[in-house]
Amino acid sequence: MIAALVWREARRGYAGGGATLVIAFFLLVALLFPFAIGPEATLLARVGGGVIWAAALLAALMPVERLVGPDLESGVLDQLAIRGTPMAVVAAAKALGHWLAFAPPLMLAAVIAAGLLDLSAATLWRVELGLALGTPGLAALAIATGALVAGLRGAGAVAGLVMLPLAVPLLIFGAGAIDGGSGALKLLAAVSLLLTAGAPFVAAAAMRAGMD
Amino acid sequence: MNRLAFDRVACARRGQLLFETLSFALGPGDAALVTGPNGAGKSSLVRIAAGLLAPASGAVIRDGGLALLAEATALDHDRTLADALRFWATLDGAAREAVPAALAALDLTPLAAAPVRILSTGQRRRAAMARVVASGSPIWLLDEPANGLDQPAVDRLAALIAEHRTRGGIALVATHLPIALPDAIEVRL
Repeated sequence: MIAALVWREARRGYAGGGATLVIAFFLLVALLFPFAIGPEATLLARVGGGVIWAAALLAALMPVERLVGPDLESGVLDQLAIRGTPMAVVAAAKALGHWLAFAPPLMLAAVIAAGLLDLSAATLWRVELGLALGTPGLAALAIATGALVAGLRGAGAVAGLVMLPLAVPLLIFGAGAIDGGSGALKLLAAVSLLLTAGAPFVAAAAMRAGMD
Repeated sequence: MNRLAFDRVACARRGQLLFETLSFALGPGDAALVTGPNGAGKSSLVRIAAGLLAPASGAVIRDGGLALLAEATALDHDRTLADALRFWATLDGAAREAVPAALAALDLTPLAAAPVRILSTGQRRRAAMARVVASGSPIWLLDEPANGLDQPAVDRLAALIAEHRTRGGIALVATHLPIALPDAIEVRL
């Protein structure tokens, strides 16, 4: 049953060009920085890793509105609830499904972004490692935010205000891990784990409140 | 044994009392017909029966799996009708033949490969009903199942409910349109 939920979520992520939009947005944000700070290669190479992380955070916001809101509206959550499925399980399955549709394309796009920003192979490797550790937390946070803003007017704008402050630790340790060594990677993993473990319960409470 | 019972249930929405001390009990083969004007609390009663809404007071006893037909169809718009129904049939642990059989029972077989988004109001209603049929659950909670249906479809719906009851199923039907439910308990709100 959980597999069916995860598969549905991952499928919905890729269907209708959803993942493509997120990736296009990610690359666009990453491209804005060279325009803003100039094409100097050494400067870009120095800030490039942080730029990729900031772009990843902003791109993670894109799908938030369609993660939980449509399911609340179309009665999918009601139908899951009457089958006795705990909402925390639904949220965890959604987080995993969303991660499957979000992280692999993002990590591929990060390679392109690294090329555009002229990052060294070593830096790219640390960025990818950081993204692999950080994206589960980011995906879980997106589900919790989606559940909190579901049914609100202007949900997208509110989602940014809710999600970005909570994602700041991921940004700090993710960008820090690029030249900070394994200490930052461990902290990044810890923050990501905390979000992955905690967010489904927040999402579950928000979904139950939304269904009432 | 399957059972659905309300014990002195009261329902309040936004501080307003919709009904109180509502009691009835349904056993295998029983049906309840909930009627009342718009806003009387028919949908709230169905949601309380489904456990989606907590009663203001009283208790609901449910023994047996639930199938709910509500206003929202809960079928993914971008999938074909058969795939959207199969998703729920998988969650319900229904047999593989359950979906085609339910589609046939609601005269939807020609639309099995059509995406849900192109279905008309009446077809969506029947599609949602097909999910209830395919679930194999003993307790059916139907909120306005006849909305948007033409007369032959309403007759088919009544026949499906009757067949469900002869198999020992329970049906709670909230409707403002006439549906033939022989020997049903009438709950007027």
